[in-house]
Amino acid sequence: MTDLTIGKAINAGLRRAMENDPKVLVMGEDVGRLGGVFRVTDQLHKDFGAERVIDTPLAESGIVGTAIGLALRGYRPVCEIQFDGFFFPAANQTFTQLAKMRRRSAGTLSMPVVLRIPYGGGIGAVEHHSESPEAYFAHTAGLRVVTVANAVDAYWMIQQAITSDDPVVFLEPKRRYYEKAAVDTSAALDSADPMGAARIARPGTDVTLIAYGPMVKTALQAAEADEDHSIEVIDLRSLAPVDYDTVTASVRRTGRVVITHEAPVSNGVGAEVAARITEECFYHLEAPVIRVGAFDTPYPQSRLEEHYLPDLDRVLDGVDRAFAY
Amino acid sequence: MSDNTAHEEPELVQLLTPEGELRTHPDYPFEISGEEARGLYRDMVLVRRFDTEAVALQRQGELGLWASLLGQEAAQIGSGRALRDGDMAFPSYREHGVAWCREVPPRELLGMFRGVTNGGWDPNEHRLHLYTIVIGSQALHATGYAMGVQRDGAVGEDGEAVIAYFGDGATSQGDTNEAFNYAAVNNAPVVFFCQNNQWAISEPLERQSRVPIYRRAAGFGFPGVRVDGNDVFASLAVTRAALDGAREGQGPTLIEAFTYRMGAHTTNDDPSRYRASAELEEWKRKDPISRLRAYLEKQGLAGEEFFAGVEAEADALGERVRRECRELPDPAPLEIFDEVYAEPHTELDRQRAEFADHLASFEGAGAEGGR
Repeated sequence: MTDLTIGKAINAGLRRAMENDPKVLVMGEDVGRLGGVFRVTDQLHKDFGAERVIDTPLAESGIVGTAIGLALRGYRPVCEIQFDGFFFPAANQTFTQLAKMRRRSAGTLSMPVVLRIPYGGGIGAVEHHSESPEAYFAHTAGLRVVTVANAVDAYWMIQQAITSDDPVVFLEPKRRYYEKAAVDTSAALDSADPMGAARIARPGTDVTLIAYGPMVKTALQAAEADEDHSIEVIDLRSLAPVDYDTVTASVRRTGRVVITHEAPVSNGVGAEVAARITEECFYHLEAPVIRVGAFDTPYPQSRLEEHYLPDLDRVLDGVDRAFAY
Repeated sequence: MSDNTAHEEPELVQLLTPEGELRTHPDYPFEISGEEARGLYRDMVLVRRFDTEAVALQRQGELGLWASLLGQEAAQIGSGRALRDGDMAFPSYREHGVAWCREVPPRELLGMFRGVTNGGWDPNEHRLHLYTIVIGSQALHATGYAMGVQRDGAVGEDGEAVIAYFGDGATSQGDTNEAFNYAAVNNAPVVFFCQNNQWAISEPLERQSRVPIYRRAAGFGFPGVRVDGNDVFASLAVTRAALDGAREGQGPTLIEAFTYRMGAHTTNDDPSRYRASAELEEWKRKDPISRLRAYLEKQGLAGEEFFAGVEAEADALGERVRRECRELPDPAPLEIFDEVYAEPHTELDRQRAEFADHLASFEGAGAEGGR
């Protein structure tokens, strides 16, 4: 077992993937000599060379567009989009090309491309560095969307994303990059939980609290803090597709649900999960599904972000609302 | 190659005049046998006939849309015949002549326009990527592919080169310009082949660029050249030189094939709303097929028998295209779910099963329908 932060775990996972498959490439802005602005690709350039760890020009559409071409040539590019808010120049290549290529080629072309994107707020950043764009990806057919909340998942899921023959958007909770956990890096890849599976992060009996990415820690803190209710915390891990088997089994036990994410509530991942829970667990529900997320405003200036991001108290308010019925 | 200053008159590489006379160019020494020249003539006549048939099929309701290549045969056949078997081409959606050279069966080209597929052929078999509709996107795919060629070490005299096709409108797209830059900084073995057909639907070239397109290349640090795109010899020679340069490590080239879209943008378009018919008449005098025919006749390389033979072949092709188009099978409803993902997807599997049940609920319902 090795103690790793989430950032270092992704780094170790990338390294292992590159060792296992010479077709795996890392590409993006500043991923080479600098090792990425969050140092997630630290030392990879030195050890694998500039042909496999590519410092790209500063153009995100070019990163994803050339990654598509490299994938057509048989490579497995792992693209770093430096920050969530900088993804948008690459939206065309991602949505019109990457996501649809397999389907329009009737399966003759695969797109084993990973888009790594540090996302979410809480680091006091300037504008466009704190966004949660996951719903855009989850709404796009052809993409898989996953996010991690701890170093163990970070280590394994980045490797699973790379070995997938589908394009995977891999969302990294940037304010949790430095959270540590013990990781058994000697285990086999196929011994890890599949990246499509949700995980019960903390068992409970009274209410199901669904979270993912950076909000898993907040949800666990809420469960710890609530002395009146036994809260079951589910870490979704995969946002597209969602592992509804795990979710609905929990809801049928608890009868109450709170969903939380950093993204705005309206039309968010939580809205979709709430709708599905209502469809599948209607007779088990004791209360409406409660959503706790950000407001439908642009991400505010950082001096206001503590009010914008759902925190422990707002999550616990949500839990209380679920018990008001 | 060509000058890179904005104020000089652009130089046009031309090896065959509209009157069918051969010209020489110091940068592009060119020799061609009678057989090769007849082959290029045949290619152009057949692809024009295919195109004409496709327009007619759209008018008859057999195709939803068609983007005609009329007038651009020389640019496409010339560049297409410059490709080696192992080279890889990335088309836009009008490259029927390139597809012809890559031996894509005409019926497979029609599939997308009939609505039976969003693709149509195996890109790896034909070394021609699928048509790309979002303007300029494929320029980056070609560049990335060329970066892969570099990493595979498939360079040198026997190496592979990559070509990206796009139009004058695409030169305004960010993706095209990003592709120029990525290709330049990586010295990637890719040729950018821009068919400047003077019109991006209704917008003339002056709405896209203040400088001749080929001169853009200088700003990115690689050569640009303007070729007479209605001259199949020049299109062939210039493309071949650029492809060879790419495979030998000299990096990208931008070729501007100066041509004319003699038809509408697509079958949905009406050019009479935005351009004068006199312009078309002027370009008809530069027609790519008639000038090659004039050359073949003047040189005594082909006679009536040859031309009649090609015409008969075109008639047969037309008949085949009409028949094969109508025979293209409609996809089955559940095909909607196929190949969205490579690996199992719980949500899609659920939706597929639900929709299959829905379809099955109509079975045996009779002519009156379901419910």
